[in-house]
Amino acid sequence: MTAEVLTPSPQPELRRDPEEGSRRSRRRSLTSLIRMIPLVPAIFLMLVFLAGPIIWSLWGSLTDASLTGRAATDPQFIGVDNYTRLFADPLFPQSVWLTVVFTLVSAVIAQTVLGLSLALLMNKANKKVGAVVGTIIVAAWILPEIVAAFVAYAFFSQDGTLNQMLSVVGLDGPNWLYSFPMLAVICANIWRGAAFSMMIYQAALNDVPPEITEAAMIDGAGGAKRLIYVTLPMIRQTITTTLMLITLQTLSLFTLIFVMTGGGPSNNSTTLPILAYKEAFRFSDIGYGTAIATVMLAVGAAFSIVYIRALRAPKD
Amino acid sequence: MTTTTTPTTPHEPALTPDSRPRTRSVAAPSKRMSAFFANASLIIIGFCFLLPLSWLVFASFDTAATYQTRVPAELSFDNFSAVLTPELTFLPLWNSLIISVSTAVITVVIALLAAYPLSRYQARFNKPFMYTVLFGTCLPITAIMVPVYALFVALNLLDSIPGTIAFLAASSLPVAIYMAKNFMDSVPISLEEAAWVDGASAMRALRTIVIPLMRPGIAVISIYVFFAAWGNFFVPFVLLLSPSKQPAAISIYSFFGQYGTIAYGQLAAFSLIYAVPVIALYVLVSRGIGGSFALAGAVKG
Repeated sequence: MTAEVLTPSPQPELRRDPEEGSRRSRRRSLTSLIRMIPLVPAIFLMLVFLAGPIIWSLWGSLTDASLTGRAATDPQFIGVDNYTRLFADPLFPQSVWLTVVFTLVSAVIAQTVLGLSLALLMNKANKKVGAVVGTIIVAAWILPEIVAAFVAYAFFSQDGTLNQMLSVVGLDGPNWLYSFPMLAVICANIWRGAAFSMMIYQAALNDVPPEITEAAMIDGAGGAKRLIYVTLPMIRQTITTTLMLITLQTLSLFTLIFVMTGGGPSNNSTTLPILAYKEAFRFSDIGYGTAIATVMLAVGAAFSIVYIRALRAPKD
Repeated sequence: MTTTTTPTTPHEPALTPDSRPRTRSVAAPSKRMSAFFANASLIIIGFCFLLPLSWLVFASFDTAATYQTRVPAELSFDNFSAVLTPELTFLPLWNSLIISVSTAVITVVIALLAAYPLSRYQARFNKPFMYTVLFGTCLPITAIMVPVYALFVALNLLDSIPGTIAFLAASSLPVAIYMAKNFMDSVPISLEEAAWVDGASAMRALRTIVIPLMRPGIAVISIYVFFAAWGNFFVPFVLLLSPSKQPAAISIYSFFGQYGTIAYGQLAAFSLIYAVPVIALYVLVSRGIGGSFALAGAVKG
């Protein structure tokens, strides 16, 4: 036990000797500093490329930085002008609303409900049917986002597969991307995202001990009751964390919407990430785009804190 | 148990397609019914999910493809041979490969290094650090792309592949560190203690003992990061400007912008070529280490 002098020992801070001299404690703090050296590359990269942009985001949103011209090389401090402009811009509340609708409908409601139902159905259904359908659903999820976006574009366009199917039953469908852009991107996101929740819920349902549901069954609880009062409460934790996770992912979704509709027609599917991109790079107003990004960051941070609390709640 | 029947939840479970008949018996007929319902609904959902995918596959083999789904009149590889040119496919795919492999390697190495002290030593600094990392995993990357662009202009890193790799690695580090620490925690410490007694340094113990033991975990992290980097569109779209440096995601997008409304079949073929590596890798992984569950478990924390 006395051999813990220079070589790193596994639990040094646990065995704290109250009698130790200051020389020894200084060496100890030096050792613990040396031990943290392997963290340096990670901290460096994250400071430069993650913390840096966040801090810049707060400052840059207070300037008139732009892509070209004088304001590109020497941006001026303009205070909260970008934010006043943002809150006065009718596009902003519309984008917030569209982002909320997109996230709420496609992630919170549809992906959770569909993912959970799929996981439950897989438990009931024939093994082979479950495996084949599971593969199809996961396939949509594995596809690179840009490919998924093209596939969805082809599916919903005027001459696309959806209208082809509708014409079989004698309906003449519109160009969904133009007439119902939000509906199209929401459906596309459900199609692409269902697999993620499905897999997590499958894993969670597998962890529910069968004795418990069996006990409820013997007590006379029907299928629906067992689900509501036994199974769902047992996987409540997973539901909360998955919900937060997909909410965070969906809030910042860019590629799918950008490729399918480009935010149009006339900004009718411009969610916040698309708006920030357009303002910053199309209209080369980096400062204004950064202000939108900062708002998104604040929303994301708020959700993250809720998520982390939900994650740790039952463990502590 | 019957007390739970008080209607605390007013809404009927619209989410359960498991609408079995009122009879409470658990006898065979009702069970068979519910299995039938489950199979039928799964097949319907599966068909809806399959439709858009089938367009991709059919159109890529069809020289006269449109946006409609139909079985090609004759199986043709013309679309593939048309897009398999150096500047259209090979160079962008090569760029994609370089970017995603480097990102995965750098991320995994740095994450393992960082996970070691976090997992092996108790320090006051660990807990806040892990919370910061967890917070970083939630960070919406698209939200910081505008400031990242400004940062890259300031650092003169715009249109540089190494710069893009560094950013991709940094943005996947929080998840990777989190996963690496969890995997490393499950490697018992007793073996390293033996090595320490024999005089091995911490880094040597990490290299020769811990890393070989957490190989499956390392595979999960690498593949996770590789997937994210391979499929990423927005980051290279903002940070890489010259076509010779752009990965396949961008070149597909430009191709679509130029010929998307004419060359449907070629677009589908190109998309398929780009998607095949990740599909193949996924199939390999899910055979090897219980893919989806390992990934889901890692995400679940």
